[in-house]
This record gives sequence, C-alpha cells and structure tokens, in this order.
Amino acid sequence: MHRILFIIQKEFIQIFRDRTMLPIIFLVPLIQMIILVYAATLEMKSIDMVIVDQDHSPLSRELRGKFEGSPFFRLRGVAESMALAERELHSDRADIILNIPADFEEAMVRNESSGVQLLISAINATAAGLTQAYSRRIIMAFIQEHMPQGSETVALPHISVESSFWYNPELDYKIYMLPGILVILVTIIGAFLTALNIVREKEKGTIEQINVTPVRKYQFITGKLVPFWIIAMLELAFGLSLGRLLFQIPVEGSLWVLFGFTAVYLLVALGIGLLISTMAGTQQQVMFIIFFFMLTFILMSGIFTPVESMPDWAHAVNIINPFAYFMRVIRMLLLKGSGFWEISKEFFSLLVYGSIMLGLAVWRYQKTT
Amino acid sequence: MDSIEQVIRARDLTKRFDSFTANDRLSFDVYRGEIFGFLGANGAGKTTAIRILCGLSKPTSGEVSVAGYDVYHQTEQIKEHIGYMSQRFSLYEDLTVGENFRFYAGIYGLPVRTIRPRMDEMLRSLGIGHLKGQLIASLPLGWKQKLAFSVAVFHKPSIVFLDEPTGGVDPITRRQFWELIYEAARGGITVFVTTHYMDEAEYCDRVSIMVDGRIETIGPPAFLKEKHQAASMEQVFLKLARKRQNEREPQ
Repeated sequence: MHRILFIIQKEFIQIFRDRTMLPIIFLVPLIQMIILVYAATLEMKSIDMVIVDQDHSPLSRELRGKFEGSPFFRLRGVAESMALAERELHSDRADIILNIPADFEEAMVRNESSGVQLLISAINATAAGLTQAYSRRIIMAFIQEHMPQGSETVALPHISVESSFWYNPELDYKIYMLPGILVILVTIIGAFLTALNIVREKEKGTIEQINVTPVRKYQFITGKLVPFWIIAMLELAFGLSLGRLLFQIPVEGSLWVLFGFTAVYLLVALGIGLLISTMAGTQQQVMFIIFFFMLTFILMSGIFTPVESMPDWAHAVNIINPFAYFMRVIRMLLLKGSGFWEISKEFFSLLVYGSIMLGLAVWRYQKTT
Repeated sequence: MDSIEQVIRARDLTKRFDSFTANDRLSFDVYRGEIFGFLGANGAGKTTAIRILCGLSKPTSGEVSVAGYDVYHQTEQIKEHIGYMSQRFSLYEDLTVGENFRFYAGIYGLPVRTIRPRMDEMLRSLGIGHLKGQLIASLPLGWKQKLAFSVAVFHKPSIVFLDEPTGGVDPITRRQFWELIYEAARGGITVFVTTHYMDEAEYCDRVSIMVDGRIETIGPPAFLKEKHQAASMEQVFLKLARKRQNEREPQ
C-alpha cells in the first residue's frame, strides 16, 4: 500500500507538471463539445428550395408562403419551368424542387384528386429522408387547413395518429449527441493517456529501473492506473457540468449510478490502455493502434447512427466494443432516467470485460524476461 | 560462513538466444565489500550477464545466486537487496532531485520518516543541498550520474550494479564519481561495475575480462598485468581481445 501511494504521488506530480496535460484535460472537452454538438448535427436547417409554380393561383402562393415561413427551408427562387429548376438541382444550388401543377387550385376547390411533386437530391440519404419528412409535414398541414369544411362527401373513416416524442420531446439533437461525446472523452483519458504514459517510461528507460526494484507488478500497475482513473472520473464530472451549463443537458437518472457505472467502465478503458502499452514500444505505435480501434469502435458504437440498424456481424463486434455499452447506458441514464436494474446487464458485462482486460494486461506485463 | 561472504556466486552461467550464446559458462565469485570490475568489449555479453544478476532475465543454465538468493526463483528477494544504475539514464527528468529520492526510496519500502533525514544528509555530503528543488533535466550530466548513483545506494543494498556509469563525462567528473564508489565500498556495499575506461579498471579490487561471451581472465589488476606481461590494464585487454581474434580467424 505504502509503495503504491509513492507511485500515485509521483504520477500526479508528473501529470500536472507537464504543460500539455492541463489543456488536454480541460480544453479538449470544451472544444469537442462545442464543435461536435453544433457541427455534427443531423438536424436540417436552411434546405435550399426551388419552387416551380405553374398554377399562379392564390392557393399556390399560399403554399409557397408556408415553405418560406418554415425555418427549415430557404427559398432560392421560383423557376418558370421544370427544366430550369432541374438545372438548379443539378448544380447543387438547390436540394429540393416543389412542382405545383397548373390545375392545383381548381382541383383543391373541387375536392378532386391533385398532387404536387417533390424532387429531392438524395446524395446524402439521411438528409433526403429528413427533407422529405419536413416537406410532407408542411404539405399535409396545408391540406388539412383547406379541407372543405363539413364536406359530407368524404365520409371516409378517419384515423388520426398522434405521436409524441418521449425523453427528448423537442427532438433536440444536442441532447442526443452530448452524452456520446462524454463517453469518448472519458475513454480517451482512460485508455490513451494510460498507454502513452507507460510507453513513455519504456522509451526513456525508466521502466527498466522500476523493474529492478522490488515493486510488485500489481503495485506498479495499480499506482499507474489509479491517477488516470481519478482524472477520467473528474473529466466526466467536468464534461457533465459543462453540458449542463452550456446546453442544459438533462440528468434524469441518478448521478450515483452514472458514476458507479463509469467507475466500472474505466476498468475496461484502462485495461485496454495497459494492454496496448505492453504491446507497443513507442508512443507512435500507441497512437496508431489506438487510432484504429477508436475510429472503428466509435463509428460502431451508435453515437451517430442507431446500433439497431446495423447488420448482425456489427452486433457481434459490439460485444467487445466498450463504447457501445457506455453509449447506450449514458443515454438511458441521462435522458430516460433509468435506474440501476435497467442497466445492470451492461454493468455486469463490463465488470467481467474489465476483469478480463486487466488480467490479460497484468499477465502480459513482464518484469522478468 | 563462506557463502555469506560471497555476494555473487556464479557457476557455469549460460544464456542463449536461439543459436547465439551471449554468456558461455561464466564462473566467478564476488566478495562482500569489494569493487569488482566487469570488463569486456561492446557485445561481449556484459549487459546480458548484469541483467541476469539483477533478476531482469533468467539464465538458460548454470547455478547463480545473488545476495544468497537464487536467480531462477527468488528474483523479487534479489531485488530487495540490490541497487542498479544503468547506462541509460534512470532518474526522472521531470521530477526534482528531492522527488526522485523520495520516489525511489518509497518504492524500496523505506519509511517516510527515514527518507527525509537520510536524503538531506546525502545531499549535504555531496555538497548540493541547495539543488534539492531543481528539476533533474536542468542539471549537468556529471551531476545526474552522481545523483543516479546516490539513488541506487540510497536504500543501503548489499550490492550495487553499475552498468557503464561514467559514459560521456570528463576525467575530473569520473574521478569524483569513483570517490563515491570508494565511499560506498567502505560503507560495506559491494560494487559490481562495467566500464569502457581501462584507467577505471585499475581502481577495482578485482576485474574479469570477457571476450565473446566468455571470461578470459580474472584477478586483481596487478596480478593480471604480471600474468599477461603488460604495462597497463589496457594492454591486458588488447592482448586478450587479439588472442581471441587470432583463434577465430587463423591466418
């Protein structure tokens, strides 16, 4: 115990003496949050639109007005013909064309079937889907308004579907992204800094000096891991406070459960960092190995796209993807307010996972060759 | 009682890496309180042997004990009783002098209350009490080496291994460094030192000379000079090295 404390003390002195460490710990979360939350948004704003109005009626102008008034659309112009409008779409000056046919008003008044046409650039499939959904919503609302009042002629059974969004009622993308970014931050601190720190001792040769001392493997490893475990926990607290201050991120569940879960999650992150440090000889190698795993695991974790829509093999890979567990759990805890029992499966899975990783790392770390 | 006086006892120590034999049946004893010079050209197998004696590596065969402990099974006990200073500089550059002492003393299990007075006394005797708060990175190489040595003997080991401790410093600093070695030896610490400098070999009580993984000769410097009819240790060394070379490539 005595020896471990000396190692922990030394690590903290070195971490805080390094001038690049404090910015990494405090500035990186701030920048990542602001950039990722605002830039990596899937919400569509200012979709460029061209309208072809062949009807020139009060009703068609009203429909145009609906789109102009929407925050999602930006009207680039009204084209005289479809050919001209298509050119706009082709040259990327427009994302969507709304084509209002010549008999639009007449058909509406007579309650006959009519239609408007939407042409959407689908280079980005997700964006196209959203554009379509937004436009449909505006058009449907417009038609509802102009349904002939009390027209007995349409006595069709009317089913209205009313949906309400839970846990993120405004469908605010920030609320969805932020917990994911916290996961990445905590993992980087845990795995990356641990691996770099140990490999730096290898590069400098000081690890050789440690290996001739009577320090036991478990003492050395505990002394190395505890500081980064503490810093990563503080990082979560710091990131969460920032999220609350800047973006009013909700904290529906218990913070105790969140921090308890993070404590176990970090065993996996630190274990991975330690394992990588036993395989790598230089800091460059650490960077390459971690970069590869981070990129793959982050993309597969469900931070941007739902895990449910991934193929079966991706689900299988996600069994060893620590990000996937934490991504799901942190959203459940922060947004849904889940309790410990709802996340206990992930909790115990990570506990087993962490023990395996740490066990492997300790076994691989050799004082004697 | 005999075995207690032998701090290191090696019989047929052999270390093979695949087909390459780095140490070929080394047999020697090192006695308590002596300064033992472990000489040899680059690649002769000195570092391999030192690593085995320090418990960093296991021999392929042979019977070896250090401070009374077996190098196969009791490496952790060996580590309790040795100090080590390598040619790769081993203090933390980003820690101060005092922090380095405290850290190493701490992981050797010295109680906190003994660390501070012993450190102050050691720094005072080195005449650098005022440098306690300085970062190692800011000190000249000569001082770093003296401090690394002081750290290596701080926990009062029964033997200290020095692997080319004086590389790259001027003769005056080397001389000062050897004063520290003598002082440690007077205090009962056995010193096991490798060096490239043949003038340093003269300062040792006994030396062994390794050529191509084997110990060619062993004894006090005066005895070796007489035996090999040489004026200096440098000549002894060159004669042995040439002899081996001639054996290998008969003209």
